Amino acid sequence: MAPDIWQPLLLSLKVALWATGLNLLLGVATAFVLSRWRSRLSNLFDAMFTLPLVLPPTVLGYYLLVLLGRRGTFGAWLEHWGINPVFTWQGAVIASTLAAFPLVHKAARAAFESVDPQLESAARVLGLSRLAVFFRISLPLASRGIVAGALLAFARALGEFGATLMIAGNLPGRTQTLSVAIYSAIEAGDEAGANTLVVVASLTCIVVLLLAGRLTRGHAPQRVV
Amino acid sequence: MKQTRRRCLALLFVLPMACISATAFAADLVVSAASSLTNAFQEVARAYEAVHPETHVVLNFASSDTLMRQIVQGAPVDVFASADQTAMDRAQAQGVLSAGSRVDFAVNQLVLIVPSSSHARVDALKDLLGPMFKRVAWGNPTSVPAGRYARRVLDDAGLAGALESRAVLAQNVRQCLDYVRRGEVDAGFVYATDAAMARAQVRIALRLDSPTPITYPMAIVAQAAHASAARSFQHFVLSADGQALLAKYGFLKPH
Repeated sequence: MAPDIWQPLLLSLKVALWATGLNLLLGVATAFVLSRWRSRLSNLFDAMFTLPLVLPPTVLGYYLLVLLGRRGTFGAWLEHWGINPVFTWQGAVIASTLAAFPLVHKAARAAFESVDPQLESAARVLGLSRLAVFFRISLPLASRGIVAGALLAFARALGEFGATLMIAGNLPGRTQTLSVAIYSAIEAGDEAGANTLVVVASLTCIVVLLLAGRLTRGHAPQRVV
Repeated sequence: MKQTRRRCLALLFVLPMACISATAFAADLVVSAASSLTNAFQEVARAYEAVHPETHVVLNFASSDTLMRQIVQGAPVDVFASADQTAMDRAQAQGVLSAGSRVDFAVNQLVLIVPSSSHARVDALKDLLGPMFKRVAWGNPTSVPAGRYARRVLDDAGLAGALESRAVLAQNVRQCLDYVRRGEVDAGFVYATDAAMARAQVRIALRLDSPTPITYPMAIVAQAAHASAARSFQHFVLSADGQALLAKYGFLKPH
């Protein structure tokens, strides 16, 4: 039986795009705050934010399940509002976002730290508000690093398996992403199906990364003299 | 140029969103089943839907332990079909199963398989000591239930020590099957259902009686949203039709 390729592919793309989008917001925010906040605590936070990179994904998924399940502390509160992310594609987004978060955070932090503080001070002196400095000086200068991080995050989110299987399950047509579909095909002894899916997953990732690299080329920050 | 680039980017984001729309059925029966049931339950679900068109069976396959954790944490599951009793015991201990709904629905068997190209003859386990068998695979007994069964069978035959130098320990039973079908090892211990899946590449050389029967339990989740459909599905699996489908994939009837 040939597995349906489109559904898992589109679902994976959807989940990966959401995860990348959310991580751009979250990762840039945490990276900027930590790059400007001089404290020993900031290193502690940095280590905590890197944790998802180190933890085995199934462990990550288990923590999410404990936290967000109907019986979990946070999950019980969500349930109150009629929200249950377990076995939904939104659950897969949460898993992928968490797994890919350190990639954006780390890249963005390094990018913000490489921005010359004198340029920011100069902009302040010339009358720009703090917010305006962030959006017109810091963010454009750090954009290359951030985009590089986001691309890695996209690739990581596209391939996310362990945490996704745990929290979103393996419901064909609903939460079965490409990686989970590959696992299922192998479990079913469907080697040909698994091979097809692996090729699709690899090609998709390569195409998206090439495309994204192309779209972002020439976005190098203009040197402010 | 910049305009087109922006449009491309926008398209890249919008396309997948537009293509997927959430599909929800009125009666979605969620069945969490162990991975080893993948093929069998896909067919059972289709057959059930043919008889009960009002119900849509949504299958969720993962390892029994993963499924058990999901259910314990309140995942919206109606039926749990496990490949081993331990996972079901834990779910029951947590009080997440509907009382009295637990029932064994299938039995598996440990078998010794050889690549189908192999000419080796095995009449008894001790034949594994012959020169034809340079490498023999079974699951790592610390983490693979099939490996534990194999180890016990070898211990009972007094062969575990003698075979140690030829042993290749696999991380799961599917990996063990893979070693045999690729001819990486000369023989391996897997379940009859795994052997049935790779009929073209492996041959069952010996069927083994496990000291404890390898039974698959099934139960209805206490918080099931579709309790009556869950009961009806369970009846179907235990019915002659359901058992015939399971038999097709190498499962035996429970006693």
